[in-house]
Amino acid sequence: MKAAKATVAGWALRLGIMTVDALDELGFAAVLLAKSLYWLVLGRRRNQPVRWSAVVAQAMDIGVTALPILTVLAMTIGIMLAVQGIYTLRLFGAESRVTTGIALSLIREFSSLVTGILVAGRSGSALAARLGTMTINREIDALSVMGIDPVRYLVVPPLVAMVVMVPALTLWSHLVSLLGAGLIVTHTLDIGLLTYARQVIDALRLADLVHGLAKSVIFSVLITLVGVVNGAMVQGGAEGVGRMTTRSVVQALSAILVTDMVFAFAVTR
Amino acid sequence: MSGAAIEIAGLDAWYGRRQVLKGIDLAVRDGEIMVIMGGSGSGKSTLLSHLLGLLQPARGTVRLLGQDLAALTPRQLMELRRRIGVAFQSGALFSSLTVAENIMLPLEEHTALDRKTMEIIVRLKLEVVNLAGYGGLMPAELSGGMVKRAALARAIVLDPRLLFCDEPSAGLDPVVSSAIDALILRLRDAMRMTIVVVTHDLASAFAIADRMCVLDEGEVIALGRPDEIRACPLPRVQNLLNRRTPEAALDADAYLRRLLGEG
Repeated sequence: MKAAKATVAGWALRLGIMTVDALDELGFAAVLLAKSLYWLVLGRRRNQPVRWSAVVAQAMDIGVTALPILTVLAMTIGIMLAVQGIYTLRLFGAESRVTTGIALSLIREFSSLVTGILVAGRSGSALAARLGTMTINREIDALSVMGIDPVRYLVVPPLVAMVVMVPALTLWSHLVSLLGAGLIVTHTLDIGLLTYARQVIDALRLADLVHGLAKSVIFSVLITLVGVVNGAMVQGGAEGVGRMTTRSVVQALSAILVTDMVFAFAVTR
Repeated sequence: MSGAAIEIAGLDAWYGRRQVLKGIDLAVRDGEIMVIMGGSGSGKSTLLSHLLGLLQPARGTVRLLGQDLAALTPRQLMELRRRIGVAFQSGALFSSLTVAENIMLPLEEHTALDRKTMEIIVRLKLEVVNLAGYGGLMPAELSGGMVKRAALARAIVLDPRLLFCDEPSAGLDPVVSSAIDALILRLRDAMRMTIVVVTHDLASAFAIADRMCVLDEGEVIALGRPDEIRACPLPRVQNLLNRRTPEAALDADAYLRRLLGEG
């Protein structure tokens, strides 16, 4: 009986510690976001403007260099969804309606999801690793003692770049995935590409496009904050960098999927 | 105390339940080289972190250039830090920037100088630390001693009044270590800086110090000129000095030779 009580107390204690740690990280992320907005708005007035050259460099890294792999993934998703959609609707003799399902699914869900997952795995992890290495090399302390705010110098550029580039990549992903699906639909249903395009346009409203893009903006903020928080918490040398980089990918993917689900519940139902 | 660039009074620090600094009182005079030394775990690095405002005191005050760090707003602290240079043990050079870009960074952030002027200043600072011609290299291409010198160049680029050096000779061979010592002395003489050096390297400490502060288990156990520290009768001070002197190293060599059957 005593042993059981001790075990329960141990679990309760561990749960309590984990909760406090999680709240601590959430608070840190909130402070980072608030400080980033502060520097974006007031940086110039305080003679410490945001480094736009760094924003451009980050945007190139996050956005332009991700285009080839994103194109492949978006095309794949589009093709898969078309094949699966036609197969399923054929069971009911309704395959001619497949374009509506494809268009809504890709624009509202899959394009932004695939883009978010790709950026989290590619750029979010790179951000965590870079900041983690800087943390253990004391480069972040060096910035502080030089009178340079680390948030302005290190967090704002990737945050701005992500907020601009993730929706841009999502738009590209929309186009490519719709094209991929279109190749299958036109071939299987024997319709022209223009007819398919018209069906897509008829199926979509502006709200659907906004839905997908709004999610991508939220994903971009989540990916950046998760990467920065994990990078800043690195301890214990190279092993610590690896551990926190992995953690940042897992957390970012979880955050993206949970946010997507919340969005679906709140908006789609 | 008038004429003090740094004043520390009753400074306590804790890591969890372990007290790492115990009532530190220390004043560093304007224009002197103060060496803070002690063994591993003596509290040197924690003290330095408090001096740099990276840690908040649990109790006590730290005043730099007359300003109490705990009373400053973040903005005032940033302003103060522009008058301070720091050379970290690892160098902490930004790996994505060249040596020259590293040194130029404080100029870009804190001055309105044009690019050409900044480049001239960077070239001058590189010459001061004997790194002329190396500005285009990346930090990963430098040797240990060159990293330390580049870090010093970055630390002095804004002509600070206070310079902090964390273990400037750690990991260097005696020749390079002596060159770094000579450089620190030259900076003090040429630029009239107040310099605080944190080190466990006794040879280097005695070579450059105007005064020394010996830390042990978070306490100041001796404070004075190098000759006074050498003559200090306290066993804790003598233990520290004897553990690291060249004589001790020779004893260790003899012991190793005996173990290997060579002596």
